Amino acid sequence: MEFKRKPITDIGIDETLKGVDEKKIKRAIDWVLNREASARLKVFVETCMRCGMCTTSCHHYLSHEKDPTYAPAGKVKQTIWDILNKKGKVTKEDIKKYARIVFSECNLCRRCVQFCPFGIDIAYLLSLVRRICCLIGAVPQYIQDQALSHMQTTNMLWFRQDEWLDTVQWLEDELKAEIKDAKIPIGRKNAEVLYLAHGLEAKYMTGLLTNMAKIMNVAKIDWTVPDTDGWDYTNKAFYACDFETMGKIVRTHYEVAFRLNVKKIVMGECGHAYRTGIYEGVRYLGWKESPIPYIHGVQFFYELLKEGRIKIAKKIEEIVTIQDPCNIVRYRGMGKMLRYIVSKLCENIVEMTPKDDHNYCCSAGGGMIDAGPVWKSARMEGGKIKAEQIKNTGAKIVIAACHTCHKGIEDLNEYYKLGVHVKFLTDLIAELMEIPEEMKP
Amino acid sequence: MEQFFKDPSLYTFLRGPMLWLAFLVFFLGIFYRIAITLREAKKEKIVYPYLSLRYTLRSLFRWLIPYGSISMRRHPWFTAITFLFHICLISVSLFLVGHVELWYESWKIRWWTLPVSLADGMTFITIFCIILLILRRLFQSDIRFLTSSSDYLILTLVALPFITGFLAHHELILDYKIMLTIHMLSGEIMLMAIPFTKLSHMFLFFFTRAHTGSEFGAVRHSRDF
Ligand code: HEM
Ligand code: SF4
Ligand code: SF4
Repeated sequence: MEFKRKPITDIGIDETLKGVDEKKIKRAIDWVLNREASARLKVFVETCMRCGMCTTSCHHYLSHEKDPTYAPAGKVKQTIWDILNKKGKVTKEDIKKYARIVFSECNLCRRCVQFCPFGIDIAYLLSLVRRICCLIGAVPQYIQDQALSHMQTTNMLWFRQDEWLDTVQWLEDELKAEIKDAKIPIGRKNAEVLYLAHGLEAKYMTGLLTNMAKIMNVAKIDWTVPDTDGWDYTNKAFYACDFETMGKIVRTHYEVAFRLNVKKIVMGECGHAYRTGIYEGVRYLGWKESPIPYIHGVQFFYELLKEGRIKIAKKIEEIVTIQDPCNIVRYRGMGKMLRYIVSKLCENIVEMTPKDDHNYCCSAGGGMIDAGPVWKSARMEGGKIKAEQIKNTGAKIVIAACHTCHKGIEDLNEYYKLGVHVKFLTDLIAELMEIPEEMKP
Repeated sequence: MEQFFKDPSLYTFLRGPMLWLAFLVFFLGIFYRIAITLREAKKEKIVYPYLSLRYTLRSLFRWLIPYGSISMRRHPWFTAITFLFHICLISVSLFLVGHVELWYESWKIRWWTLPVSLADGMTFITIFCIILLILRRLFQSDIRFLTSSSDYLILTLVALPFITGFLAHHELILDYKIMLTIHMLSGEIMLMAIPFTKLSHMFLFFFTRAHTGSEFGAVRHSRDF
């Protein structure tokens, strides 16, 4: 079987490679494979029995008519094994092919790891290749740009600190039309909760931030948002395996939390940022676990509902299905909490198969959506199986408690004409919860 | 050993000094590989701090019982073949009367043995399973894509001791003693290859499962099976 793909040009990869020579490539490879990687790389490469148990676990393979170049171990063969066979002496063309495979044909969802009899961490092996590409600089342009923005501003979209403060104040004013004396406290010391937002919530999706603020107000949470940079929980550098920047972002979040002396950090509905916040970034910084609780939106809502701090006034009647975001379910076992919340909000739930921690990735995760428009077709093709899964439920609403799943499924919806609406929990809860009389303006 | 010095021949060599060497390479090799792996794992700062006995055992349990994992349930035929293959392979090597007798001769230790006809049947099953594994490699596109000549070589290496043992037992094709000589030689080569080829999965399995099992159970709160 040959590696056949339509040509795609990404200036972040192609232009970079023009200015790179084979010596630099070799240096990056040697650094990553000999200095950074160690036992796991060796053992995983050696114990792979080439048995193919992992093949059908991957949505890319299933969506591409059983083309083995999309199978998990197949992708490892075409990248890591190839590099090892060539003893690091690879060409620019090779790097281009590797970059395409690791950035646009694997979501690092780790479903394949669950299917391998040895538990070989295929996603880890492929992320080593991302790391090599990162050190060379051959990373999709959109990811590079966002990572650069993180380096400068700690947020993903070049937002200035004063723009953030303005936005929050303006949203607070708007919220007052719905909730009497609504507050979005900025930089308040000793609050219980520090809320971090998704970068997009400050610009294109402000409704989501308003709705979160609404829930905070109704649940009477003692909360605050940052008064400095570090308000955006996203961590796009993680996708490039730019660990230095990833660590810097996570450190900034905790520094803000320590400075404001809050009890815990709460974030909204996002997958990758949660994972960097609770262990990927935390480990990089040398902590075993997060130094103060770092709570995902799903857990936060679960606790609010369990403790009766918010009440749901009415339920949705239409058929609803649940997307299990890999980063919070396979990576943190939140399937049950997610289902508890949805059962409080919706009457008719039809589950996808497979579900929970055996779910398929939405095909947008792991940076595939952040790789930008040139790679959209790869995402749409790889998501065919997800689209079928959704279609088979007959649902009209897909609940996706993750920004990436959300946008990814919206795109699949358009591409495969699924006729569904994709919803965040935040929006649903804000819409369906009871607002006490005294809080109405 | 003494036999070889009294009557030096290829046969007594393989039965004496060479067998010693094979076991030495096998055990020291395994020991060396494990020691190196454990040392290198320390450099990977994220391995040791998160190891969890509970989730290691959960993971091993799920993957050592037939159909204990979703992956095995999705591949029912392959699972049957590979379990039969491994069970027969390990039982025959450890519990064959002929093998146990050898241990008794040299070390005066003895353990339970398989009835001869059962061992014979199991040897046949092992060979048959290897043939199925080869066919699978040849005809299933995703596995063929992964396969290189070394995979066939390893399968041959494992098959040879069983084929020659079987033929010797039934005194087929070649003279019993010649066949037995080839049997010992191939068995010893296989033994020595275990620590240094992908056959090292035999012991590395427990380490990869410990890491992945702990990572999934203790850190990711989800299933690795
Ligand atoms: C407790 C020890 C062992 C465990 C847990 C184990 C486990 C496995 C697993 C999980 C596989 C991969 C997938 C499969 O074919 O099922 C495999 C394949 C294999 N094992 Fe083992 N194994 C063990 C011992 C051995 C030994 C002692 C040998 C022979 C010397 C052996 C020979 C093989 C071979 C040849 C394959 C590859 C089959 C192929 O190429 O398709 N295994 N083993
Ligand atoms: S997309 Fe997921 S299942 Fe496929 S290879 Fe990558 S990590 Fe494995
Ligand atoms: S399931 Fe594991 S051992 Fe088998 S081919 Fe895939 S990665 Fe290799």
